[in-house]
Amino acid sequence: MNMETVLLLRQEISILIIALLLLIFEIFAGDRQKEGVVSLTIILFALHTGIGFLDMKEGLLFGGMFRTNALIHLFKNILNIGVLIVLLQSAEWVKRELVPQHRGSEFFILLLSSLLGLQFLISSGDFLMFYLGLELSTLPLAALSAFEMYRRRSSEAGIKLILSSALASGITLFGISLMYASTGTIYFAEMGTLISENNLTVMALILFFAGLGFKISLVPFHFWTADVYEGAPIGVASYLSVISKGAAVFILMIFFFTVLKPLIHLWENLFYLLAVLTMFLGNLFALRQQNMKRFLAFSSIAQAGFILLGLITGTTLGVATVIYFVLIYIFSNLAAFGVVQAISTETGKENMRDYEGLYRTNPKLSLVMMLGLFSLAGIPPVAGFFGKFFLFTAAASKGYYFLVFLAVVNVTISLYYYLLVVRAMFLRKSDHPIPHFTNALYMRIGLVITVVGILALGLYSPIYDYIYALSNTLN
Amino acid sequence: MNYTAIILIPLIPLAVFLVLGLFNRKIGPGVSGLVGVGGMLVSTLLSFYTAFEYFMVLGKVSGAYPTLVESTVWMNFTETLRIDMGVLIDPISVMMLIVVSTISLMVHIYSRGYMKGDEGYTKFFSFLSLFTFSMYGLVLATNLFQIYIFWELVGVSSYLLIGYYYTKESAVAAAKKAFIVTRFADLGFLIGILLIGYYTGTYDFETLNNPEGATLTHWAPASFMGLSVLTWGLILIFIGGAGKSAMFPLHIWLPDAMEGPTPVSALIHAATMVVAGVFLVARLFPMYFFVEEGFALQIVAFVGAFSALFAAVIALTQTDIKRVLAYSTMSQLGYMMLALGVSGYEGSQGLGYMSSMFHLFTHAMFKALLFLCAGSVIHAVHSNYLKDMGQLRKYMPITHLSFLVAALAIAGIPPFAGFWSKDEILVAVYQQNTFLYVVGIFVAGLTALYIFRIYFGIFWGKDNTYEHRPAESPASMTVPLIVLAVLSATVGFIPFSEFISPDRAGFDAHIDIPMAITAVAVALIGIGIAWMLYKKESGLATRLTDRLGVLYTWAHRKFYMDEVYLFVTKNILFKGIAAGAAWADRKIVDGTMNLIGNSTVLFSKKIKGMQSGRVQDYAMAFVSGTVILALLFIYLWTS
Repeated sequence: MNMETVLLLRQEISILIIALLLLIFEIFAGDRQKEGVVSLTIILFALHTGIGFLDMKEGLLFGGMFRTNALIHLFKNILNIGVLIVLLQSAEWVKRELVPQHRGSEFFILLLSSLLGLQFLISSGDFLMFYLGLELSTLPLAALSAFEMYRRRSSEAGIKLILSSALASGITLFGISLMYASTGTIYFAEMGTLISENNLTVMALILFFAGLGFKISLVPFHFWTADVYEGAPIGVASYLSVISKGAAVFILMIFFFTVLKPLIHLWENLFYLLAVLTMFLGNLFALRQQNMKRFLAFSSIAQAGFILLGLITGTTLGVATVIYFVLIYIFSNLAAFGVVQAISTETGKENMRDYEGLYRTNPKLSLVMMLGLFSLAGIPPVAGFFGKFFLFTAAASKGYYFLVFLAVVNVTISLYYYLLVVRAMFLRKSDHPIPHFTNALYMRIGLVITVVGILALGLYSPIYDYIYALSNTLN
Repeated sequence: MNYTAIILIPLIPLAVFLVLGLFNRKIGPGVSGLVGVGGMLVSTLLSFYTAFEYFMVLGKVSGAYPTLVESTVWMNFTETLRIDMGVLIDPISVMMLIVVSTISLMVHIYSRGYMKGDEGYTKFFSFLSLFTFSMYGLVLATNLFQIYIFWELVGVSSYLLIGYYYTKESAVAAAKKAFIVTRFADLGFLIGILLIGYYTGTYDFETLNNPEGATLTHWAPASFMGLSVLTWGLILIFIGGAGKSAMFPLHIWLPDAMEGPTPVSALIHAATMVVAGVFLVARLFPMYFFVEEGFALQIVAFVGAFSALFAAVIALTQTDIKRVLAYSTMSQLGYMMLALGVSGYEGSQGLGYMSSMFHLFTHAMFKALLFLCAGSVIHAVHSNYLKDMGQLRKYMPITHLSFLVAALAIAGIPPFAGFWSKDEILVAVYQQNTFLYVVGIFVAGLTALYIFRIYFGIFWGKDNTYEHRPAESPASMTVPLIVLAVLSATVGFIPFSEFISPDRAGFDAHIDIPMAITAVAVALIGIGIAWMLYKKESGLATRLTDRLGVLYTWAHRKFYMDEVYLFVTKNILFKGIAAGAAWADRKIVDGTMNLIGNSTVLFSKKIKGMQSGRVQDYAMAFVSGTVILALLFIYLWTS
């Protein structure tokens, strides 16, 4: 392993080191010091995130299996920021629930392994690395979903995730083998030139897509989402909803915009259909949810439908708007999940009904929640509005006016249910509101970052300019 | 121009909002009222200063008022399309600054009295400031994107203020309705912006509206259903405007919005927010006029005329005085749209445009006054209904006289403000389309009728026995009434056409005597009918006879002779047609909106079964979904 390799694999190696350090810590720390694992992880990971912003070389490794460039590096940094927020928001829960059982470091190690898998996934240059990354990112998540073993729902979530993902992986693998059969290569770079339109390739495309559709929770591959989010620990659910989804969107974009670009006239139909189905079903199901985690699960399905509006374009503009949207979505969704996490950790309450009158007792939390939901709903001038507006403009620029119209209809539907929560918090009175409480330091930092992110992304344009400039490098 | 002053105008209410909003609990009611009024006063002075500087000091540059833009780039969307944030100063934005400032200041002062003792006093003032800030932002916007942002913010603050009495179920429902209906309209607006932005490559009003610019000389050719893409964009934008300005059939939220506190109704639902739609069309007027020979503009004219008529007829049937005023607002907004719709572009051809803005200006004054008077009355008798009122002129002289001034103004009696602007509108419509003129003049008569119906009902009519003797409102409420009454009586004399015209050059407008006489005659007939029907309904006949002598006897006999005629008007016109229209409004228009909402919820219930919770079902769906997609691909999408 020479220096070049180390530099190109910097992100992955750094995550691995943190995981190993945590393992060592777990072995050597005394019972009283076990709680330190939380701070240790967060400090190390914050360092890792910060270092990630240093400049990175471009290049290929292992004969093209692994590749990295400025855009992929940006993807990894986005994921890092998201995971940092998830860690901050889960810290208090880990301290209270897991550390006494000596399972704190286990939780973090599994989470980081999954992140490692995602990093490999988006850096993959061939199907082998792709598949390894996919599995490495999913398997720890099944364990994490079932982490609260004593709760029936949690183990159920674990089982459902592992079964569904096994099915998805199987289908994807089948797709990969057909792709290999039709082109004779597993390297993305070569495949792009060899690919041709025939039934075998089309079949391969569909099957391959199903696996990623599963990760992004597109209809009809979405059924696991609500059950798993509801049962899994909240930190894991928020990780699933933003990090694992975001990474899958990124690799989908890389693969379809480069390798499968010649077939765009085929897969644009696929994206069109699934965008419509996903937006409508996600929104219609979300209308009726009472449990906040299920509610956010369906909202995240609907949001995935919006992302397809950018993906359908296959243009540089599409790339830029999708990245921008995902970035905003990460902050907005984590703001909402963070508040749910804070309240659940403190009181164990997770239903919308319990949120009635929250503004009177915990004004700051409800303001964060409102900001997050407004951003998800796309109310100007919050960042989420720009994210959606840009996506729609990208789709309109390719002439998908009817699709944009349907999307705007969906924005209106979604606004209704996001406002239901806001109304419960601000306008309803409750006899038993959640009492006032003070959040732990890490939780507060985690929420503040999301708020700053939501505001900065909407008001500070250089971020979008930077993304837009980098987007050219994909094609 | 002093741009610092202009930028401060919206920033001051924003600062007030932030201070009052963040330190809600720590600020006492007295202080928050003063902060609100003080901030508003500064903004108002700055607005007047800006107007003075723009119209008087700067004046016309080479024959026309210039458009001044001061903006910074906010976001570069692509290499060609960017989003700016800034202020745009031209005659109509300056005029709107004056309107918003004046009315908002009056409403702030008035609210100090009206909301006294309310538990959310500080919150109320912070919402008012938020609204004022958003409205200023909307008015000063330099581009479509910016105007949309403030458009939504205005919607949100309106939502908060309608639902202000959140313990009242009906207020919460009304707030929700307003939000949802206007959201549906904004959906059109948003798509319109997308279309126009993409086809012209810019959002800037200045570039879009330039008559010599590429947008207007080479508008995109026909593409969809025989119309240019730009026409579609403009129609969609008009849908957004129609939602805010309560044009049929998107008006259904406005009457319900009366659940909000009355000062809010005066500010938002009479004078400022509801005219945003009119302002939007005026802002894009060159586009509406030039793109495809003004096809979209014709739609504006007809929708406006129909809404004016429809609302005026319904206003006759309402017994809640605030609802009468709400329908009246809708009707007057219809007038403004109608005037825009028939306007030309150059020189005195722009009479419609100018009269629309003129009417917007005068209407803001007298309608706000009507609402504030209604608030004063409601404050005194604790009811919104006509049946609980009567003879109030004895107890509330200032309110009574102010209301009378406003009623004469809206009815179009000279020399009050409404006469001048309405007359110009009718002249402009007459020059273009006789049919629409007939509608317009008929509505003028109805306007006089319904407004004097409630005037007589409140201040004359039957002698109610009041549990608490009604008393005149405190000075904080009557002073704004007096100020607005003076304005309603005088602003008609402003030579509006010199300042505002589509080509900015200004022109000489003069009163068309035969037209003016017709309009006044029609208004007087309306007032006369109201007088006969509603004034002498109680046992006041003798006293009235004494006071009005011959006139009354004549009316009395006339009434006797025309019993049949009255039977026709009362039973067929009012009960048959008007009540029918009201019924259709409630059941059909409202019902359709509800149906859309309910069926969404119902459908959402129906599909619940899909999420069974069994993982084998999920796997089944997964596999069959994949197979279906594959089949679709192979048989449908591949050639």
